[in-house]
Amino acid sequence: MKSWRRTLEAFCLPFGAILFGLILFGIFCAAVGQNPLAVYGSIWKAGFGNWRTFQNTLIRAAPLMLTSLCTALPARLGLVIIGNEGALIIGGLAAVSIGLVLAGSAPPLIVQVGMAIMGMIAGGLWIASAGALRHYRGVNETISSLLLNYIAIALLNHLVGGPMRDPNSLNKPSTYPLPEADMLSNIPGTRVHWGLLLGVIACVIAYFLIQRTTFGFAARTAGGNIRAARIAGLSVGKLTVIVCFLGGACAGLAGMVEVAAVQGAANESLNVGYGYGGILVAFAARHNPLAAIVMSLLVGGILASGGVLQRSFGLPDATVLVFEGLIFLVVLYSDSLYGKFPFFKEKPVMSPPPPAPSAPTPTATT
Amino acid sequence: MTTVIAPTSIEIEQPPELEVINMTKRFGSLVALDNVSMLIKPGTFHALLGENGAGKSTLVKCIMGFYRADQGDVLIGKHSRQIESPRDAQKYGIGMVYQHFTSVPAMTVAENLVLSRLNSPGLINWNEEYAKLNAFMANAPFQVPLDVPISQLAAGQKQKLEILKQLYLKSKILILDEPTSVLTPDEADEVLGLIREQVTAERLSVLIISHKFREVTTFADEVTVLRKGKFAGHGTVKDLTIADMAEMMMGERREPQKVAKVQQSDRLSILQVTDLHANKDNGLAAVKGVSLTVHGGEIVGIAGISGNGQKELVEVLAGQRSPISGQVLVNGEPYTATRVEMFKHKVFALPEEPLRNACVPHMSVAENMALRTFDRPPQAKGFLLILKTIRQMAQDLIQQFKVKTPSAETPIGNLSGGNVQRAVLARELSSDQINLLIAANPCFGLDFGAVEFIHGQIVEARNQGVAVLLVSEDLDELLALSDRIIVISGGQFAYESQTETADFSAISHSMAGH
Repeated sequence: MKSWRRTLEAFCLPFGAILFGLILFGIFCAAVGQNPLAVYGSIWKAGFGNWRTFQNTLIRAAPLMLTSLCTALPARLGLVIIGNEGALIIGGLAAVSIGLVLAGSAPPLIVQVGMAIMGMIAGGLWIASAGALRHYRGVNETISSLLLNYIAIALLNHLVGGPMRDPNSLNKPSTYPLPEADMLSNIPGTRVHWGLLLGVIACVIAYFLIQRTTFGFAARTAGGNIRAARIAGLSVGKLTVIVCFLGGACAGLAGMVEVAAVQGAANESLNVGYGYGGILVAFAARHNPLAAIVMSLLVGGILASGGVLQRSFGLPDATVLVFEGLIFLVVLYSDSLYGKFPFFKEKPVMSPPPPAPSAPTPTATT
Repeated sequence: MTTVIAPTSIEIEQPPELEVINMTKRFGSLVALDNVSMLIKPGTFHALLGENGAGKSTLVKCIMGFYRADQGDVLIGKHSRQIESPRDAQKYGIGMVYQHFTSVPAMTVAENLVLSRLNSPGLINWNEEYAKLNAFMANAPFQVPLDVPISQLAAGQKQKLEILKQLYLKSKILILDEPTSVLTPDEADEVLGLIREQVTAERLSVLIISHKFREVTTFADEVTVLRKGKFAGHGTVKDLTIADMAEMMMGERREPQKVAKVQQSDRLSILQVTDLHANKDNGLAAVKGVSLTVHGGEIVGIAGISGNGQKELVEVLAGQRSPISGQVLVNGEPYTATRVEMFKHKVFALPEEPLRNACVPHMSVAENMALRTFDRPPQAKGFLLILKTIRQMAQDLIQQFKVKTPSAETPIGNLSGGNVQRAVLARELSSDQINLLIAANPCFGLDFGAVEFIHGQIVEARNQGVAVLLVSEDLDELLALSDRIIVISGGQFAYESQTETADFSAISHSMAGH
């Protein structure tokens, strides 16, 4: 059994980090002349205050869960992939393309399944290319996946502004809309679409895949020590490409959900930061897919409060991005604190007092 | 003006005498250095010889102040000196050049030289520094362009810069730790030749750690040999033959120790390697056309001084490195070390440094023990891992191989070296049917008990008909265990013999590359 202290550490550090990020954000708010406590209150109310607003959070959490896997899965192989945004966009574009082709000629369920599959394949191939470049050509996967984001965004702008543009979309260039009947419906009794369920299922499957299957075992081995994986005869290249494909497929599915449940067409609203939010979620969850579900709710709530901050405090819409960025930095920093607090050490030392002249623990995450 | 004259007067000064007296250094229960004394006379080129783990580096690190010796004295110019850190050593004019480069690649030669000074002022007057550097370069034994970034220098030039750095810091005694291991033979000769001139002119004393007898006989005046942490001999190079030095390094001629071995009757060839070529990480050839056969029930030992290609050979056979050309057959079928082939032909490996080569440090002991078997029944059912079976098997192995671990769930990185080794041994040797075992320095750094245990397991495997390829830097180990012994030198096999009839001095000679 993993000792309770280590488990507690895995809980305390990320939440401590978020708390500290909150304090930093409070300082930021105070600096621009707002009462931090009032801002906190609004964020809470807008994100989690009641069932009505919490549904907004859930709607945003769904794509975050999916995009977080695009970082979390390859992370198990020791790769840092940040191409979530690009995979989401490409997945959305592929989904809307197949959706428009199938629409009218097939029953809605078939259209939706087709869209999901196309979105996953497109997003998967997108990220798999970064993985393949990494393994076979030695290209840094973080940089290549980041740059792939820009290619995806440019492709989106090109397609919705040109070849795929619906002439009726004047203010906001979009593709032709999907018929209402082929859209993903809402979970009964809520305003939340079925994409949330997809997100939760994907996270659970991802967890199961990594922890309980031979494939996951091989991936963890290759991620932990590539030399050991080679001695065991594991095909590291194949593993790299497949895991990247799976991660990309999840982000592609997020794009499909956004298109088929929220936007109804592909347009620049695909590119609103769910991909980058997913990176934050994955790191805060320490690449554990189950923890990513919880973290997605948290980050979803923060994103949902953007409008309120703008309306009630006159803060710019991007303020939530500042908040997100601060939390991201602090979460990354907190990663370096694992094992630094004597309290969380697995085996308490038998003779405690003598060797403890260390400086007081940093206040960052306490 | 006085500031200019002062350093030049020091420059002419002879290097001081360096003497080490009765130095002992223990790491826990391991005695790395046992009562070693050594004298480096002013203006001599002194070589320090010894096999891996003989204590050469420990001795040098004690002199430089990296380690604190448990006993013993360092005398510089007949005065006992406390050297607490490399900074102290520099103060007394002792400088060390490491095996690997320590310059900042993105900075220029001039910047690196100024950086190496401990007393660099906060604000650097580059005009003045350049004037000084140019003056220094004018008198230096070799030239390196000042304005070129380190990353654009060739390996030989980088090594020259490392040495220049020490001269720039006014070191009078240079300690060189295998300075030529990253150089081609020509570069090595050039660099050592230029240093030799400095020594002959009595501007420097040099202590060089080397494996290469050729360099020692060409450049050194005196030699001190260590073996297993103890002083093993000393002499002037011109009075000694290579065979003498090799014998000091390896010890007296020993009778191969007998291990209880069962004679094998059927001798099927299991591993067949034909004309194998492989490169080092840096693209230089490491294995240059090696062919060998290992039969069932036979231990073939490969001896050699480290860095002669044995590491790369093992990596190719274990699947960690792709060969450039050549053929590897196991059971007569082509073998490329994929998982399917490993399972089919029952190939197992005990690599050196098991934590680095054969374990995932943050995964549990149980998971690491399952590395060979996790994807087939009973540990897996289709794609699903059966965690209970994995844990159960680990617990059995932990008992059977006496692995000391708090639990099967402890990350293997938390275990001591000997217990990591036991855990890997348990994984690799517990299979019912082993066909081929590839072992590389399986006992390196382990205590006596663990060594005996591992030797017993290897011979046991051999007696059951396993073909064993044993690569080791410990000649005693090879003589004790192997049926046949091969010497690798410069990436090629230089000697081969049945162990019973092996000629010890021929082994020493061929290890030294003669």
